[in-house]
Amino acid sequence: MDARPRVGVFVTCLVDLVRPQVGFAAATLLEKAGCEVHVPAQTCCGQPAWNSGADRHAADLARAVIAAFEPFDYVVAPSGSCAGMITVHYPEVLANDAEWLPRARALAAKTHELIAFLVNMRGMKQVKARCAARVCYHDSCSSLREMRVRAEPRMLLASVERLQVSELKEPEVCCGFGGLFSVKYPEISERMADDKIADAQATDAELMLGGDLGCLLHLKGRMQRKGINMRVRHVAEVLAGQGSEPALGE
Amino acid sequence: MTLDPGAFREAGQAALGDENLRRALSRLKTHFALGRAQAVERYGAQEWETLREQGRAIRDYALSNLDALLEQFERAVRAQGGQVHWARNAGEAREIVLGILRLHGARTVIKGKSMVSEEIGLNPFLEANGIVAVETDLGEYIVQLRQEPPSHIIAPAFHLNKEDVAKTFRAAHGELDPDRSLLERSELVAEARRVLRARFESADAGITGANFLTAEEGAAVLVTNEGNGDLTRLLPKTHIVLTGLEKVVANLEHAAVLLRLLTRSATGQDISSYVTLMRGPRGAGESDGPENFHVVLVDNGRTGMLGTEAQEVLRCIRCAACLNHCPIYAAVGGHAYGTAYTGPLGAALNPGMLGVALAHHQPNASTFCGRCAEVCPVKIPLPKIMRHWRAREYASGLVLKTTIRGLALWSFLAKRPALYRIASAIAAGGLKRMSRNGRVRALPMMRNWFLVRDFPAPQGRTFQSLWANRK
Repeated sequence: MDARPRVGVFVTCLVDLVRPQVGFAAATLLEKAGCEVHVPAQTCCGQPAWNSGADRHAADLARAVIAAFEPFDYVVAPSGSCAGMITVHYPEVLANDAEWLPRARALAAKTHELIAFLVNMRGMKQVKARCAARVCYHDSCSSLREMRVRAEPRMLLASVERLQVSELKEPEVCCGFGGLFSVKYPEISERMADDKIADAQATDAELMLGGDLGCLLHLKGRMQRKGINMRVRHVAEVLAGQGSEPALGE
Repeated sequence: MTLDPGAFREAGQAALGDENLRRALSRLKTHFALGRAQAVERYGAQEWETLREQGRAIRDYALSNLDALLEQFERAVRAQGGQVHWARNAGEAREIVLGILRLHGARTVIKGKSMVSEEIGLNPFLEANGIVAVETDLGEYIVQLRQEPPSHIIAPAFHLNKEDVAKTFRAAHGELDPDRSLLERSELVAEARRVLRARFESADAGITGANFLTAEEGAAVLVTNEGNGDLTRLLPKTHIVLTGLEKVVANLEHAAVLLRLLTRSATGQDISSYVTLMRGPRGAGESDGPENFHVVLVDNGRTGMLGTEAQEVLRCIRCAACLNHCPIYAAVGGHAYGTAYTGPLGAALNPGMLGVALAHHQPNASTFCGRCAEVCPVKIPLPKIMRHWRAREYASGLVLKTTIRGLALWSFLAKRPALYRIASAIAAGGLKRMSRNGRVRALPMMRNWFLVRDFPAPQGRTFQSLWANRK
């Protein structure tokens, strides 16, 4: 383990725009884990373009992210989705670019989802935090299937004082966000959100946590529309000891 | 019922409002997904991964040697007294089947379940040409009576509940005693059997599909659970195997590996009730089997996908695990797709078969959640292939102008971090000011977001501006 690695935080465009608190939580956790935290100028990973088939836009943005982040020892994102874009898809985005492909692969190899990075790369086993709540944890599909993150957030949450995790019945089922899918097929997205919210309500959790702000904004927005009073926040906030601050949309 | 892949969103909306369909689709999890999970557990999770890798390699080998294997298959079938016919497209396939039936003077046909038959629209064509074709797979028979297409590639009537089936039988079987109970599944099966038995005995020809073709042995392998496949191929004088040409594998050993993957992934069975090898007409001294044996190999866009980014979808062994684990399929069911092949398989296959212009909605109807690829027994990267079709869609101008302009504007900003910071700071502040009680309720340019949900109020400042001021 490096003594004090230089970590570039890829804060993600949604955190930057909607919930800066998650960025600060990520920075706090990384510093606790002995990292030197850097936030280079950044915008978006380009996933909306790539998933829309706008390959040229996606390639432009991938090159910009690579150039901005390759100086660091690691790239860490508080999102399985954006981390997955970099680790799994950048080499596909730049597959036909002989100059940039090796750089894409190199960046992919050192990019991590935040919680998995803390646990697997920095040996974090517990946090000093307190949050008196029964919570459920929403695994995003990219965290689960692209980044293989499942145990890590649960392990750290287990160390949070007075917090109790109730598992969803179907944690591996998608919540229906899917980026632009949520606006291309709003009715199907709505059904999937309702199924996920019903699963969460059945756990008796008062707070939903997750590692991807996209899913959480979609689910919280749907709860607001339906008048459901479950609180929702990013898992990093709780782990960084911000569990008593206002949650999403409060 | 007419199928229109261009109306996916409208058909999906209608399906979402259908409570009966919702009840039927809820069984995907209990009926199929659970069965598969238990079968994989019995097999051993690690051994299963090894098997999947073997399956992938076997299918890739077949696709890389397709021409040679198909010719070998044809020679073997001929040597056994059968005939092989090649159809470039759906129209040719229909004509070939009709020609064979006419050659042997067949007027009534019984059919085993065949998705290729659905793909080429065989039944209406035969009917228009004066030939009566009766489906003998129970699910397929039910949807045929209802004049519906199958809604699921291995369970054609999955969208129906047993009350629907009872109603269908009472409407179609005129001689059925109104007092007879049709409450239980077994009673429904008995009723179908009563009617179908006579059909089996009187048919002039039988048409089945094939799950695999083995080049070395010239065998068509068929997997069924009802035994109807065997009656269909054995009782009539003429047997036609109608299948896609990509179904060929090198030999029976390869097919055996795929069989292990197929039934466990499909129904969760270690093996299906029947596995039939079909190798030509009745031989000298044999007591049963058809007099005439024909294999119709259908291309219909398949070879056009070889060597493209969509090639891997041709590995498919039609187990339907991707449908059974797809949240989109689970929400809208099969008919909304408007094509014979549905779910993630359809979304990856149909644009190649029907053209991107006709089928471009399907690859968009995915969150890329990735469960389909995770359960695929031959490791088809389904989301990756769907994305490939989206890129083709984008490049060919089929995407809405507003989407293209929106992406271009967003990309313009995202490529300019300094400008982006200003724009996002304005957006964060603006959204915050527009919010009431922690949420934004509507925005003109985000109509579809706000159709079904609010947007939780942002904190008001961007992370990057706050971070810059932190120290």
